[in-house]
Amino acid sequence: MNAPLLHTPLYDLHVELGAKMVPFAGYAMPVQYPLGILKEHQHTRDKAGLFDVSHMGQVKLVGAGAAAALETLVPVDIQDLPVGMQRYALFTDDKGGILDDLMVSNFGDDVLYVVVNAACKEQDVAHLKTHLGGQCEVVELADRALLALQGPAAAAVLARLAPSVAELKFMQNAQLELDGVPCYVSRSGYTGEDGYEISVPADKAEQLARRLLAEPEVEAIGLGARDSLRLEAGLCLYGHDIDTSTTPIEGSLLWAISKVRRPDGARAGGYPGADVVARQIADGVAKKRVGFIVRDKVPVREGAEITDGDGTVIGRVTSGGFGPSFGGPVGMGYVPASHAAAGTALFALVRGKPVAIEVAKTPFVPQRYYRG
Amino acid sequence: MSDIKFTDSHEWLRLSDDGSATVGITGFAQEQLGDIVFVQLPRVGERFAAGDEAATIESVKAAGEIKIPVSGTVVEVNAALEDEPSRVNDAPLTDGWFFRVQLDDAGELDTLMNEVAYQQLVGELA
Repeated sequence: MNAPLLHTPLYDLHVELGAKMVPFAGYAMPVQYPLGILKEHQHTRDKAGLFDVSHMGQVKLVGAGAAAALETLVPVDIQDLPVGMQRYALFTDDKGGILDDLMVSNFGDDVLYVVVNAACKEQDVAHLKTHLGGQCEVVELADRALLALQGPAAAAVLARLAPSVAELKFMQNAQLELDGVPCYVSRSGYTGEDGYEISVPADKAEQLARRLLAEPEVEAIGLGARDSLRLEAGLCLYGHDIDTSTTPIEGSLLWAISKVRRPDGARAGGYPGADVVARQIADGVAKKRVGFIVRDKVPVREGAEITDGDGTVIGRVTSGGFGPSFGGPVGMGYVPASHAAAGTALFALVRGKPVAIEVAKTPFVPQRYYRG
Repeated sequence: MSDIKFTDSHEWLRLSDDGSATVGITGFAQEQLGDIVFVQLPRVGERFAAGDEAATIESVKAAGEIKIPVSGTVVEVNAALEDEPSRVNDAPLTDGWFFRVQLDDAGELDTLMNEVAYQQLVGELA
């Protein structure tokens, strides 16, 4: 387990900027810069933050059969995904457990572009090759970096490099030049803010990052703030809030299952574990992912047990921490469906002591996606 | 300058003439913890034996605790930290103090590091 950490193309830039580097999914990644997690978080909500997410996996699926083939692995409508649109998807296993969550974009000309989590990317590429091998080409884009520019000023900043990005709406994407570099740009992100994710050739990533950081609104933001931003936005972190022990229904991700792929849809089922998911849609689930707020000011962290009023352990926290924009601790976890209604009073055990929490709707701060 | 002592777990204790000691965490400790968002203070009147956990600190990254290296009774707490825990980051050795204890035996402080020894320890960690 002592394999040397991989570096993204921006490693030297992170070090130059004074980042504190930590191991994450096999990579040395910036957890914070000298600004610190709290200010980085607030800066992203106020102006614009630049994130290096080059550790994530980028894959192209090429061929006339790619969309139909990918539908055999995800409960999502890929065949009718319009050209220039991106959609959230989940790889499921035979028991309906979640193998990874991913973004799928239709680039047109029988090309799908897929972004998967860093920690899962080897497994995901193998999964795609095993199941789609005969039907389309699976091409890992190891020579591309990935940046995210997030925050209310992101659109104005990026439009200085390419005015047309201002016209993209949430979850739309385009292939265009930024600072003379051909990029894939989608209006999406993992912060709850308006913003973009930018796939750039690895050898041009530093040039583009420096160009963006030179804009007065932009600060470099590390993984620490990325986590508090996505938590406040109510977005799941794979391996924590969802994994193979949770189905999309238990994970409260029914919204991600396209209507045509649901039991009464035109292309119902046809993905691994569809029978389990169909049964859970019909009959409900025993446990469910919920958000919660904390009555006291104590941050409740991942792994804390959740109890009912009698002190009986009924669930577990999967993500939790201080929400700087919310102004207090927030979290997510799994509880019995009987205790999942917003407003339900529960407790979390922190250092052995019960801390009052309350089931709450997510996101904890309003999402500010640009929908046109 | 009053007499200030340090622990190897990065607390400081400043001895007053009345035999009480004010306790906080060092600049090194607050840097390691990052932005502090919550502090749980002891109650005035609470008694601690040397080595007890007397306060809890939560940063955006992690939880930490203050272990009191000497035995004594809490006589005052810095209640301002409850609303403004960032004082610990901004001024760990002054405004960011945690609590003051009346020591059972001021002689216990003699076993702790002085400033020179502590700076040497931090130098080795950096």
